[in-house]
Amino acid sequence: MKLSQSSLLLSDFGGEMTIAEMNFFQRMIYILQQYGGSLVKGAATTMAIAIICTLLGCVIGFAVGLVQTTEPHKKDGLLKRGILRVVKFILTAYVEVFRGTPMMLQAAFIYYGMSQLFGINLGMWSAAIIIVSVNTGAYMAETVRGGILSVDPGQREGARAIGMSHFQTMLLVILPQALRNIMPQIGNNLIINIKDTCVLSIIGTVELFFTFKSISGALYTYFEAATVTMIIYFVLTFACSRILRYVESRMDGPSNFDLATTDTLAFTSGLTKYNAKKGGTF
Amino acid sequence: MEEILKIEHLVKTFGTNEVLKDIDFTVSKGNVISIIGASGSGKSTLLRCINMLEEATGGKILYHGKDILSGEVDEDKYRTKVGMVFQSFNLFNNYSVLDNCILGQTHVLKRNKEEAKAKAIEYLSKVGMAQYIKAKPRQLSGGQKQRVAIARALAMDPEVLLFDEPTSALDPEMVGEVLDVMKDLAEGGMTMLVVTHEMAFARDVSNRVIYMADGRIEEEGSPKDIFYNPQSPRTKEFLSRFTAN
Ligand SMILES: Nc1ncnc2c1ncn2[C@@H]1O[C@H](COP(=O)(O)OP(=O)(O)O)[C@@H](O)[C@H]1O
Ligand SMILES: [Mg+2]
Repeated sequence: MKLSQSSLLLSDFGGEMTIAEMNFFQRMIYILQQYGGSLVKGAATTMAIAIICTLLGCVIGFAVGLVQTTEPHKKDGLLKRGILRVVKFILTAYVEVFRGTPMMLQAAFIYYGMSQLFGINLGMWSAAIIIVSVNTGAYMAETVRGGILSVDPGQREGARAIGMSHFQTMLLVILPQALRNIMPQIGNNLIINIKDTCVLSIIGTVELFFTFKSISGALYTYFEAATVTMIIYFVLTFACSRILRYVESRMDGPSNFDLATTDTLAFTSGLTKYNAKKGGTF
Repeated sequence: MEEILKIEHLVKTFGTNEVLKDIDFTVSKGNVISIIGASGSGKSTLLRCINMLEEATGGKILYHGKDILSGEVDEDKYRTKVGMVFQSFNLFNNYSVLDNCILGQTHVLKRNKEEAKAKAIEYLSKVGMAQYIKAKPRQLSGGQKQRVAIARALAMDPEVLLFDEPTSALDPEMVGEVLDVMKDLAEGGMTMLVVTHEMAFARDVSNRVIYMADGRIEEEGSPKDIFYNPQSPRTKEFLSRFTAN
């Protein structure tokens, strides 16, 4: 059936032709014509899962990293110290287990385990999102911990010395800087997630890799289908890495700043550019 | 003169290392006290204990008669009253100069944005940095950063300002601009506790000098007494290093 359809579509290329008779490029064009819609859908699913899960993973990572870098206050009682230790232990176990096992098995474990043990049937989407987020969170936790520790301790002291609480210090001063420090790793995680959502095909999520498997299974054109799918993956990851670079440079702000004109006596002619890199020539 | 801080028998140990040994002195309103002494004598630790960045091991730090170590004084509120200027500036790298001076006001003192901004600009003008409100710390020279750090501390309306070697990280040509600001503050009646190696500042600007050695106050007195008539041989020996040329 499909093959006869293809011969109709490919009449431009010289009449009746079966898949077997096509050359490499004709097969790729055929795949795009026949499965373009599925590929776009698959790519969209992959991107949606990767982006949502990277964001959720960051939230989890920040929460875990924050707890793990919290030291008990000297005045805290035994109970509070005990609770903190237990929570830290559980979080460490979470990080180690999810970093130390393949995501494909985690997916099977959670998806089938939930239905078998608790009779809970996670929808495919929720299962996919939970698995990838929790997995990303485990990696991000370590990254965030490192990001927090890499912020100059003087920043904390500067904040504490003007009376900021621990919470304010973290929220306003330390975490924004930690976030900036770990932006490259967040980008890295996003790119890994774009590729790694392919393991979700084990629970039947129709993402880009699943689409590839359907196409190659239907047409037996593994090489061409792989080529097309790889190009799509590459375009997605490359675009993401460029966009993230741009976001990073936006976070850094401009390298120039405008001198304010509060001192109107000295600066009557409006804004004066001060180039920080050139070291103070007006 | 109204007593703001009274340090009594202050002791600080790190492990078995006794860094501060039985420190006693008083800071009254309007005092400008210079703390001098060799590196490692415990000057920074003393300021950090007063600002509660380190927890004192023993003794008392009385703030208007209340012991801050007893737990009855709110630590964060106390810190707004006893500001600190660091050798390494510690400006918030993720905020502009203006926001550095606003953040504590709006979040700790709960001032509204307008009021905080006006106050920030007032103090930034005072230190000659009002034009730079849009700059980020990394775009400033060391001297400029330190002047912003002073403005940030002043914007909290502290009763006392602690300075820990505020000019030690600066290139020589920038030391003067920071010392000038500090001199202005001193002349304006600000209560200041200044750890410094700038002997001219200690001699000419402060009204009391404390010489520390090995975690103790070796000698304390007016600048005249300390610089022209030191009693302790250790003080003499220390000062001779500065007057040799
Ligand atoms: N956090 C710390 N842990 C252990 N020892 C410290 C710590 N901070 C300071 N010290 C020790 O305390 C002594 C005094 O240090 P410090 O107060 O920095 O001296 P100063 O500021 O006069 O140079 C030094 O011997 C130093 O090694
Ligand atoms: Mg020191």
